[in-house]
Amino acid sequence: MQKIIEKIMRFHEEEKGSLIPILQAVQKECGYISEEAVNAIAKGIKMSEHEIYGVATFYAQFRFTKPGDHQIRVCVGTACHVRGGEQIMEMVEKTLNIKSGETTPDSIFSLESVACMGCCALAPVMVIDNKIYGNVASPAVDNILSHYRSPNVEE
Amino acid sequence: MDFSDIQKQAIAKWQDLLSSKTPVIYLGAATCGRAAGIEAVKEEIRKCTGRLDLEVNLVEVGCLGPCYLEPLIYIQKQGRPPICYRRITPEIVTDLIEDYLLKDNPRSDMALGTLGDDKIDGIPRCFDHPMLKPQTRLVLRNCGIIDPQEIDHYIARDGYLGIKKALDMTPGEVIDEIKTSGIRGRGGAGFPTWKKWEICHNVQSDDKYLICNADEGDPGAFMNRSLLEGDPHAMLEGLLIGAYAIGANHGYIYIRAEYPLAIERLMHAIDQMRLYNLLGDNILDSDFSFDVKIKQGAGAFVCGEETALIASIMGKRGMPRPRPPFPAISGVWGKPTIINNVETLGTLGTIIRQGGEWYAGYGSKSSRGTKTFSLVGKVKRTGLIEVPLGTTLREIIFDIGGGILGDREFKAVQTGGPSGGCIPADLATLPVDYESLMSAGSIMGSGGMIVMDEDTCVVDIASYFLSFTQAESCGKCSPCRIGTKVMLDILERIKSGQGEEEDLDRLSELAATIHNASLCGLGQTAPNPVLTTLRYFRDEYEAHIRDKSCPALVCKDLIKYIISEKCVGCGICKKKCPVGAITGKKKELHVIDQSLCVKCGTCYQVCPSKIGAVEKVTGFRETERTVTNAYH
Ligand SMILES: Cc1cc2nc3c(=O)[nH]c(=O)nc-3n(C[C@H](O)[C@H](O)[C@H](O)COP(=O)(O)O)c2cc1C
Repeated sequence: MQKIIEKIMRFHEEEKGSLIPILQAVQKECGYISEEAVNAIAKGIKMSEHEIYGVATFYAQFRFTKPGDHQIRVCVGTACHVRGGEQIMEMVEKTLNIKSGETTPDSIFSLESVACMGCCALAPVMVIDNKIYGNVASPAVDNILSHYRSPNVEE
Repeated sequence: MDFSDIQKQAIAKWQDLLSSKTPVIYLGAATCGRAAGIEAVKEEIRKCTGRLDLEVNLVEVGCLGPCYLEPLIYIQKQGRPPICYRRITPEIVTDLIEDYLLKDNPRSDMALGTLGDDKIDGIPRCFDHPMLKPQTRLVLRNCGIIDPQEIDHYIARDGYLGIKKALDMTPGEVIDEIKTSGIRGRGGAGFPTWKKWEICHNVQSDDKYLICNADEGDPGAFMNRSLLEGDPHAMLEGLLIGAYAIGANHGYIYIRAEYPLAIERLMHAIDQMRLYNLLGDNILDSDFSFDVKIKQGAGAFVCGEETALIASIMGKRGMPRPRPPFPAISGVWGKPTIINNVETLGTLGTIIRQGGEWYAGYGSKSSRGTKTFSLVGKVKRTGLIEVPLGTTLREIIFDIGGGILGDREFKAVQTGGPSGGCIPADLATLPVDYESLMSAGSIMGSGGMIVMDEDTCVVDIASYFLSFTQAESCGKCSPCRIGTKVMLDILERIKSGQGEEEDLDRLSELAATIHNASLCGLGQTAPNPVLTTLRYFRDEYEAHIRDKSCPALVCKDLIKYIISEKCVGCGICKKKCPVGAITGKKKELHVIDQSLCVKCGTCYQVCPSKIGAVEKVTGFRETERTVTNAYH
């Protein structure tokens, strides 16, 4: 991981105000922002760890725990809300027995809500990894999730 | 290469595509098309044309607007306009291709219309479709028509002629032309674009910045995403024009990370601009030099606010600061900075090319031009639309949107997102312009338009928006940080049936304080959804408080699901209930155990519509409802 982070920092060396892009790149490569990563970034850009946490925790995008293999994001934007997005969220929570922001004990799924994916015309919307599911009905949730449970689903 | 040579070459390339001997299949492949399954359709087209040994040319285009009909594809045969087909699935696409390409049957049953002036076999023109006909597409003119990855398509359709013309004018003349057009900022506040520019233009500085605000944080809005995905060069041309006018040499595009496809399109478009000397030093051989970087947002709504956005670009927590100094004087890295919305910028090329006066011919007196909206919620035809300002809400919702889903009663429409307000059905004749919306207690905002029907509870909606702003409040100033929390607590109390009569006055009082005392627009406008719903739907709040009932049957603590005599005991609901709350023998009346029920509504949705045994009831005014959800 050290190597990956060094490479990312070298890439952003010349850039002013590079902390956020660095954090984004680290999360993209490592899946989350670990303590070691913050430590390494702090040394690299000569900023205190506190400052880095200060910035990172401000933004909803950054995660500080290891995510599951598949990331579920349920849209809770306005259009999804009026078309029952909340029920979808509850259904996913119930099916996986975790709350939004958590990861299943078997590390297969992590769940989060997202303010708007911009697919409002297809509300309610749920995204798993990069696949977008539109017009989701709560009874269909289980079916969609089971597709990702088998070990041979890549993506 | 000279620009006129570039243009000639681009036109030739575009004409080649339009008159291609090989059939062309255009795929609506914006995020909405992808969500609807265009990728699987594309895969199937590949397979089927391979099997049939048919040569076709596949072109990905952006979003044409009628998102509810996606996935859309258009098939073009030589000598004919493309025919647009709707709701295409992998299962039917093979039939369509065989019928049209092999047997010359254009399948009018699947067609939406032709993209051109000719009709084919009784298939009408696409732009005569009731959703498209009332629209005026100036900003969206290329969306869904050209390949967004081909700068040549954009240029062939008069793209970059605006900046070419601007470079022959002085920056002052460009600002004057924009002033004549009357365009006001499309990002929310509606500030006249030329005014902001003039301030920055008059400041002396070696470095100035122009930022495109593509944060589009309003949940329920996707106009900016669609434009960037479908026609990125339109925004980029505007960025050049703006930069030239204010004298900026650096640019940023601040775009939310939730829009990966738009980011990809932008990066590609920027690379293409470099090849044609449209970015970098001495653009189009003039003295004007400008370069642009993309910065990705990291999920904070407040970063759409100008000073917070600037802080975020500089790598800090995205918290607003008091103004003055205004960014136009001191912004990014202390340099003069102008921030413009994607749509504002996306319009500029057309304004300069056609002239400010021409543009001012659209729209109403104080609100010139056109505006894009994302029309969503409980409306039949959802999607992306563009209309002249001054068009009435009724025209938008009923003529373009086709009315309310399931022919329910139209109740209200929310404009301006969390900063806007809820406008009741009685005001449907209100023209959509900056002043009229303001007088109704709402704002234009960036263009989200969420239609609500009788099944939408306004207390729930107000609390939904407030929970959004409360969560997104950066926490810097206490009126916003604490005030929104207290308001939200009261709303949740009302929703759960614990509200008190005095709560409504408390809400109004808090709203006034938060509005007056907050540091930035987020807090100042956060009470709007509550204020407008209180103003227009006070009786609905009172029903929650006095009767402990939710007339729209939404608020969970005030409703329950019951199974009526109509139940035939099919057992579907029992099987699907996630908490095992339903009991009953096969072919006998089933019962929901209210102590176990979590009110997820699954039984209500799965009960076959011809039986309709599951009912929602509330308070003591028991209201019956049929089982089928309007949109299932
Ligand atoms: C909380 C908050 C969020 C905002 N979000 C956006 C946004 O997502 N996109 C946008 O263009 N403007 C947004 N604005 C408005 C911008 O601050 C700014 O007025 C606008 O980008 C200026 O561009 P314009 O003059 O072209 O409209 C927001 C303002 C506030 C207070």
